[in-house]
Amino acid sequence: MAKIVYQRPKSLKEAVFHYCPGCGHSIVHRIIAEVIDELGIRGITIGVPPAGCAVLAYNYFDVDMIEAPHGRGPAMASAIKRSLPDRVVFSYQGDGDLAAIGIAESFHAANRGENITIIFINNAVYGMTGGQMAPTTMLEQKTTTSPLGRNNKLDGYPVKVSEIFSQLQGVTYLERCMVNSPANVNKTKKAIKKAFQCQINGHGFSLIEILSPCPTNWKMNAVNSCKWIDEVMSKVFPPGVFKDDIPAATKTAEVDS
Amino acid sequence: MIVKTIFSGFGGQGVLMMGVSLAHSGMNKGFHVTYLPAYGAEMRGGTANCTVAIADEEIASPVASEPNFLVAMNSPSLFSFQNKVIVEGTIFLNSSITNDRPHRHDVKVFCIPCSDIAQDLGNIRVANIIMMGAFIKVTGIVTSEIYLNSLESIMGSRKKSLAEINRKAFAAGFDYLKNQQG
Amino acid sequence: MNKVLMSGNFIICEAAIRAGCRFYAGYPITPQNEIPEYMAEHMRKAEGGIFIQSESEIVAINMIAGASAAGLRAMTSSSSPGISLKQEGISSMAACELPGVVVNIMRGGPGLGNIRPSQGDYFQATRGGGHGDYRTIVLAPATCQELADLTMAAFDLADKYRNPVMILADGMMGQMMEPVTFKKPKPRIYNKKFMLQGAGSGKSKFIRGLILDPIDMEEHNWKLARKYEVISKKEPRHEEYNINNAKMIIVAYGTAARIAKGAIKRLQNNGMNIGLFRPVTLWPFPEQQLRSLSAKVKNYLVFEMSTGQMLEDIRLALQGYADIRFHGRPGGAVPTPAELANVIARIYERTVK
Repeated sequence: MAKIVYQRPKSLKEAVFHYCPGCGHSIVHRIIAEVIDELGIRGITIGVPPAGCAVLAYNYFDVDMIEAPHGRGPAMASAIKRSLPDRVVFSYQGDGDLAAIGIAESFHAANRGENITIIFINNAVYGMTGGQMAPTTMLEQKTTTSPLGRNNKLDGYPVKVSEIFSQLQGVTYLERCMVNSPANVNKTKKAIKKAFQCQINGHGFSLIEILSPCPTNWKMNAVNSCKWIDEVMSKVFPPGVFKDDIPAATKTAEVDS
Repeated sequence: MIVKTIFSGFGGQGVLMMGVSLAHSGMNKGFHVTYLPAYGAEMRGGTANCTVAIADEEIASPVASEPNFLVAMNSPSLFSFQNKVIVEGTIFLNSSITNDRPHRHDVKVFCIPCSDIAQDLGNIRVANIIMMGAFIKVTGIVTSEIYLNSLESIMGSRKKSLAEINRKAFAAGFDYLKNQQG
Repeated sequence: MNKVLMSGNFIICEAAIRAGCRFYAGYPITPQNEIPEYMAEHMRKAEGGIFIQSESEIVAINMIAGASAAGLRAMTSSSSPGISLKQEGISSMAACELPGVVVNIMRGGPGLGNIRPSQGDYFQATRGGGHGDYRTIVLAPATCQELADLTMAAFDLADKYRNPVMILADGMMGQMMEPVTFKKPKPRIYNKKFMLQGAGSGKSKFIRGLILDPIDMEEHNWKLARKYEVISKKEPRHEEYNINNAKMIIVAYGTAARIAKGAIKRLQNNGMNIGLFRPVTLWPFPEQQLRSLSAKVKNYLVFEMSTGQMLEDIRLALQGYADIRFHGRPGGAVPTPAELANVIARIYERTVK
């Protein structure tokens, strides 16, 4: 008997992604949907897509979703989670959404230790608006608003979200992953699952930063984009677990009960 | 009938409490009342004042352009507001901490050394209640009993221990004028 | 029912909690700091009540949107500069048809202005305030009792029309104490199908304001416009005072209307017949109601604590059928009834006789 090894996750709608070829969003959407399926939480999950390329995420995810104005996802997600504490609430944000216009929202949701999950797509560039500089654009990296390369004197430095947020006491789980190879995609999926599980167990705020290719705005083909993550991007934004208070949280939960 | 009173003094003298307690007792007697504090950017020090209107009809404005009564707990208050008081109105002055006196001759003036009396009672913080004793004695807007009941209900259960000292302070202010008038 | 003496800011909170509001988010700003303070204590005591001191006004309004989508009655409050920050979220809530109550305890402006009572936010409140083609219902209380009643009504209206509702008061209304009686709130009527609570075993849904196809967006705009049309017909509220035999009518709202009433009473004693028309809803503006008066009374004086904003709505309502004068005190200056009476008397002498 043939074994099904690959099929559309139930938590994805029958729609074709509008994302560019080689874009990381499609991969991340898919693995989030797989995690939702595996955890059996489709009916209790509420997602908050961002402004940016993933603004139309509600066309793909087959879970309840509400659009947030640019950067405000964590504010909305916090409120939804507080209003409905037994639902699983995640916000999906790009680098502009999280680290520029919505840095206050993200920072303070993390600092309050809101029991939500943020999926943070870092592609070092503004995708939807046409390749402008992001807060995570690296020094020397050329974008349409840093045509000569990002200059620290004029443009400041790339914002290292995982490093900074890991200092916040409210954060329970924080990992930086990549989706530039099958192995890394699997790793990312595990991280997302861990983050959702962390929320389901009531352990508090989790954030998964994902280094994600943007071939169109990087002006590379898909393969070179994946290589570039390995060779350049991951040197500035090293992957790894930046904070894991889940064991401590589990212990406290056991003592409490 | 509509009666408006301005209470004014330093922040911390309990000026707003005087206003709230009068408004509350007015309400308890069945009058229409408004209480309007002047609010500022500072939390401590500076000046504090509030306006209380008590009427037997709807009160249009909580602001007093021509108050019937002024309760001045310090000299800046006296200078700020004495000219607003209506002709034949009344000024109550805390004479303990100022030698200034109103320059108006067309108003009644009562000088009550309420800070001194408060010190004699062993609690400087009740100077405002002493003043209220004198104020209620002269104006008769509400009875002493209604006033004291209101005061206690505002203070709430937390400060029940204060009830006795407040009653004493009120009586001291009330009686001060009685003795003055012989 | 029991009368209690409370400040306007506290009354709004207590009325909201009694009306079933269970989510409040806000950021301190004078002169409405008593609202977050009261909510921090009492909202958290209410069953299922959630209070969050948000990191900004922008966050507060978006939290309201989230809680509202999740099915709770939700409120935020601020004062003028903070309300400017909330406009993004208010526009978004109007687009997504999310109910919610926004309280504006106005202060002097523009910019940081000052913290004194003012009415300079009329345009912002009644014209939507944020970007795009939308409206918010605006309620303008003039007494503490009305603050209680209109706060409760605001939640009902927000649910009924699935639209943000603004309570527009000023520093004086917020700080003032008056006796108030809290009436029994109406039971909430709001369809669960508009709530976002997880798909369960059913179809998933989404709430959005982004509609990229211009034909679809146009249809959405017209759909909202039809809703606003219904609100304009059904919801205008106003108060008339001393209108019979009036030779001149003062039009004023909120605190300005109270002061005007005081001035009118003074002038009555001098034999001047002056009435008051007080819009209670600023949007929808009680246009027909004011216009119908113009058949009898030809002289109007608009009094606002601004340089003249509601004035434009009055011109639109009266359509040139009457003489309209204006008196304004912007910037946090609150005239006394006596001062206003002098102004009115002067204009009365010139125009009525």
